Amino acid sequence: MTTTTTTTMAPASAPLARRSSRLHDFLTIAGRAIRGTFREPEFFIPALITPVFFYVVNVGALQDFAQGSGAVEDFKAFQLPVAIIFAVTGISRASALVTDIQSGYFDRLLLTPIRRPMLLFGLMAADVVSIIALTIPVILLGLAFGVTFVTGLLGMIVFIMYGALWGLAFAGFPYAIALKTGNPAAVNSSFVLFFPFAFLTTTFLPEEALTGWLQTIAKYNPVTYVLEGLRSLITVGWDWSSLAAGAAASIGLMVVSFGLASLTMKGRIDRN
Amino acid sequence: MASAIQARALRRTFGDFEAVAGIDLDVPAGQIYGFLGPNGAGKSTTVKMLCTLLGITSGTATVAGLDVATQPDEIRLCIGVALQDFSIDGKQTGREMLQLQGRLYGLTRHDIAQRMDDVIGLVDIGEAIDNRVESYSGGMKRRLDLAMSLIHRPQVLFLDEPTTGLDPVSRSSVWAEVRRLNCEYGTTIFLTTQYLEEADELADRVGIIANGLIRAEGAPDALKREIGADLIQAEVEGDVAAAADAVRAVDGIDEVQIHHNELAVVTADGAGLIAQVAVALNGCGVPVRSLTLRTPTLDDVYLHVTGSHFAESDEPNEPDPEASS
Repeated sequence: MTTTTTTTMAPASAPLARRSSRLHDFLTIAGRAIRGTFREPEFFIPALITPVFFYVVNVGALQDFAQGSGAVEDFKAFQLPVAIIFAVTGISRASALVTDIQSGYFDRLLLTPIRRPMLLFGLMAADVVSIIALTIPVILLGLAFGVTFVTGLLGMIVFIMYGALWGLAFAGFPYAIALKTGNPAAVNSSFVLFFPFAFLTTTFLPEEALTGWLQTIAKYNPVTYVLEGLRSLITVGWDWSSLAAGAAASIGLMVVSFGLASLTMKGRIDRN
Repeated sequence: MASAIQARALRRTFGDFEAVAGIDLDVPAGQIYGFLGPNGAGKSTTVKMLCTLLGITSGTATVAGLDVATQPDEIRLCIGVALQDFSIDGKQTGREMLQLQGRLYGLTRHDIAQRMDDVIGLVDIGEAIDNRVESYSGGMKRRLDLAMSLIHRPQVLFLDEPTTGLDPVSRSSVWAEVRRLNCEYGTTIFLTTQYLEEADELADRVGIIANGLIRAEGAPDALKREIGADLIQAEVEGDVAAAADAVRAVDGIDEVQIHHNELAVVTADGAGLIAQVAVALNGCGVPVRSLTLRTPTLDDVYLHVTGSHFAESDEPNEPDPEASS
């Protein structure tokens, strides 16, 4: 019997490019973004100083008052979620995105067959990694201060994921600003959004201890529900309604912020 | 031969400014096409439209047989682009940038490893390939940028002023690579440049663009032949029109062009007539600063079609689409 093997040789000039899967596109962009994040220690250090500073100062200054008034049972545990919110709110690769826009690298990415949404999703993956890297030292600080999680190690993991969900939800705003303006100063100014979210809520006292307009605003501030969910993991246990409310608040904000980011991304691509 | 790049009445405006004013292009597959023009002439805008980065205001264009307006995703798989401002992430190493570029184009690990071996030679920076790009010189970045545009072995390569800012040695190495790509792989290369010698050296065909319009097109030698076999250039002081009239009276002179205080005298027999031109200029009493005989260059072609020397024609840079949006 004779066997004939036919080999099809690609011509020397055959292009090698091919359209990849969504997952491949995502991992490619995410890999670069994560590498870039860890090569910028200047990104992490100030982001860590803020929550540590506020945690130490708030506990030192207000613990006796808050616990003495009976408003809070364990102020160190009450403040730990606040430190997490301070650590993760505004953490994003938006500045790196602006650098890419200004250097022309963003255009180079647009010239490749990569799927456009992955340019954002890949950055979000790096954000999650950054947020986790920032959350762990803050939790360790809380543990060092004597805070214990009634939900145990699993609760701590959920606590970190919960913080990451909030951080990611907020990150859509700096991305929207970066894509709209391509301006680093404008991206930095997105930090002002942090203040109403972080302070017009149950930062220092529980909701029932707030009065007047602050109580009203806190009711509509998604951070109130995120804090409640985080606090429940430390002091209450698996309080599913609190956890669900906090997750819904984060997801709701994420829909708004990433909706804006997607629109500005489309606008940036289309206006060319 | 099939067109690798074709454009009909291609036009792009930014507000009231018409950057590209309706150009036609036909670049056969496997050709090196030099797109020559001063700053602001419309070269980069044309490239950005052809490589799908910029929308078309009107007209049509195809690249690799695919419609720029309706098949941009397919076109991106076929083209490589090195834009005028090299665009590299300084936080990554040269090797990482090349590998990342390969992944962006969906290359397998095996393909990437193989292509890395091919293109690292072009970057030619030795062990610095493993250093972060932020530590590279301008020339190193430019070569890396070019290598990145080649990693997926594109069918059509757009090089937007690829040697601007390079030292002569690096420039020669880029030219050699462009020729090799074209010869070995049959890659069609659309090369914009503001260096006349680059277009002359590399391009099979040249299009001269000024103010958004193609003013002349053809093989460099053919374009130069259209000017004439020889060119006598005279720089005079005083009445340049009188000097031109005197030269026109010499038998065998095909054309005399006046540009400021300079006469460009076109003739088929420069060596035989230069003495008579000198006598004619002397006879009309106009002092002559210099008199030279040479063959026409692309600068002469440019002067012929636009009325000004290439180097004098730098216009404001093409507008940034972001600024106008």
